[in-house]
Amino acid sequence: MLKHKDVLGLYELDAEEIDEILTVGMSMKKLLRQNIKKLPHLQGKSVTTLFYENSTRTRCSFELATKYMGAHVVNIAAASSSVQKGETLVDTGKTLDAMKNDVIVIRHPMGGAPALLAKTVKAHVVNAGDGMNEHPSQALLDMLTMRENFPSLQGLTVAILGDIRHSRVAKSNLFGLRKMGATVKMFAPRTLMPAEIDKMGAVVCRSREEAVEGADVVMGLRIQLERQHGGNFPSLGEYAKFYGVNEEIMQYAKKGALVMHPGPVNRGVELTSGLIDGDTSRIEEQVLSGIAVRMAILFLLTKEEI
Amino acid sequence: MIVKNAEVVFADGVKKADIRIEGGKIAEIAPSIQGEGIDCTGLTVFPGLIDMHVHLREPGFEKKEDILSGSRAAVKGGFTQVCCMPNTKPVTDNKVVVSYIKNRAKEVGLCKVHPVGAITEGQEGNNLAAIGAMKAAGAVAISEDGKSVPSAKMMSLAMQYASDFGLKCLCHCEDGALVDGGVVNEGYYSTLTGLKGSIRAAEDIIIAREICLAESLSLPVHICHVSTYSGVQLIREAKARGVQVTAETCPHYFTLTDEVIASFDTNTKVNPPIREEKDRLAVIEGLKDGTLDCIVTDHAPHHFDDKNVEYALAAFGISGLETSFALSYTALVKGGALTLCELAQKMSANPAAILSLEGGAIAVGAPADLTIADLNAAWTIDPKDFVSKGKNTPFTGREVYGKIRYTVVDGDVKYSA
Repeated sequence: MLKHKDVLGLYELDAEEIDEILTVGMSMKKLLRQNIKKLPHLQGKSVTTLFYENSTRTRCSFELATKYMGAHVVNIAAASSSVQKGETLVDTGKTLDAMKNDVIVIRHPMGGAPALLAKTVKAHVVNAGDGMNEHPSQALLDMLTMRENFPSLQGLTVAILGDIRHSRVAKSNLFGLRKMGATVKMFAPRTLMPAEIDKMGAVVCRSREEAVEGADVVMGLRIQLERQHGGNFPSLGEYAKFYGVNEEIMQYAKKGALVMHPGPVNRGVELTSGLIDGDTSRIEEQVLSGIAVRMAILFLLTKEEI
Repeated sequence: MIVKNAEVVFADGVKKADIRIEGGKIAEIAPSIQGEGIDCTGLTVFPGLIDMHVHLREPGFEKKEDILSGSRAAVKGGFTQVCCMPNTKPVTDNKVVVSYIKNRAKEVGLCKVHPVGAITEGQEGNNLAAIGAMKAAGAVAISEDGKSVPSAKMMSLAMQYASDFGLKCLCHCEDGALVDGGVVNEGYYSTLTGLKGSIRAAEDIIIAREICLAESLSLPVHICHVSTYSGVQLIREAKARGVQVTAETCPHYFTLTDEVIASFDTNTKVNPPIREEKDRLAVIEGLKDGTLDCIVTDHAPHHFDDKNVEYALAAFGISGLETSFALSYTALVKGGALTLCELAQKMSANPAAILSLEGGAIAVGAPADLTIADLNAAWTIDPKDFVSKGKNTPFTGREVYGKIRYTVVDGDVKYSA
């Protein structure tokens, strides 16, 4: 059972809660591997996914997670424009609450929106990504994938490279991995590195080589083309050349270091195709971890009531 | 009427004195005056406080505030005069709106309300507003508050033209392109929350621009709500070489740091944003050494609905009239940065001087505008007690000292508690 009513971010979850989610997630993944997709954990529960931002994989992953555990699920894809006009988030939340939803999974382009919703509703709120704030289920699935491949997260060195400034994934991973005793190194063009992230425990590096040096895991982050309108770097070609991770750069990592990416990948930009499709890539494995960890989150949040 | 037995804050010191008021003016100041009046034993009398930067929202946004509720908040906060910014609807860019505000304030009859006209028509930055006509109707300054005039050329024309009418430009300093949608100070807490940050330079660049214009043109300019340590330094250096620059700051810039945004409390969203400890300390230092001339509230009342939304969508602003005196007294005087006389300068004499308003001092012949406070009274800020329609404060629950007991405007008690 989690201590929090909601899963808003890994900044507020403690190591014990993270460990519990990962442990349950690993059991769930085992079941999924056996193709067991009919579990009773959420029977009689209602889950709504409320997405104010386009998403295929995360929404799909949450939807399957609820369905595999027998919950009713409703998906609301609210156009981004309706954030600005029409019903407020608070009013939408009150409506979903009145409909007796047990869990609301929200994705929103603005940081703090899930916190606002959580304050408003009785239902459990799961943050499926809010602006540049957090994406806890993504970081948890990354950590679950790492835990399957290493004896412990404690002492692991994880290098994260890419658009860190706009990345909620990088931050959730930083908070979560630090709590579990891992070292997190980061590298990005200066224009895509957020202020003072070193004070949150990240080792901010000045080159790809420095970041990847001695890493157990190398994670590329998506260059979000839709967010690059201001010219944070001259071109994708230049990005790939000076900031992308390729086989040569991977030489600096520990032998057999894993390659990960939250997807969708821009092939040849953040990572070369050779790395994406290589033996050490865990990118596809991350997808199944995603469903498992989301099953764990939903189960643990609603468990008290069963 | 006689104000008796009070500690009176004069320009040159605090002395016990009685004050006789006649015909709305201060008629006599003496150690002891016989007659009917207010017994102010244990209370402190300040020259009527003047807030040269408020938003009263009328006309156009009466859901947030109107001249009546804003005036009530003003006198409750001890303010005898306020200057209201032109971002109304319609924009205060012509004599009709200026006259409307003046007339409505007169009907309300609480504090003196001085409209500030827009610099450009519709605050759109293209054509000068009717500055001469607005001055004739009673505008005391011009400002584009809420944003900067984008073009330095237009700003230079405005400063020159306004000077013909004896009006100053009150400059909100913000480089819109650099802010680029930022809603909080860029730093640790913007990264932590993922809220889009805005760097100090976005404010400083325009402060520097306005200083350069004032220097080149040998004209005065006033910088609004300074929030950055570097902005304070720009103004300090400009003053040192003789530029006619004056500046103001607000209580939230010397009492808060940006860690308050961590909870996503939209009442902490204000423009310019609340910054870091080194900025807070520099603002206090600027008040101490005279770099910053005035304390204003930038009273920006909003309806609950305007704040009960996602942080990025929430309106900017803090409802400040009812907390400014106590926050300033507590942080600055009790905090040891300013004397009572210096506080009175920042909150009364200097704004009066900058805008050539009557008032600002307790002297025979001056308007009988007095703010009478109990400096020993401790209280807890609770927006439920606000008379302003805007309950948006980041100071809920804060313990402060200094309670306004009487606000006297032109010899009439407009507020007592």
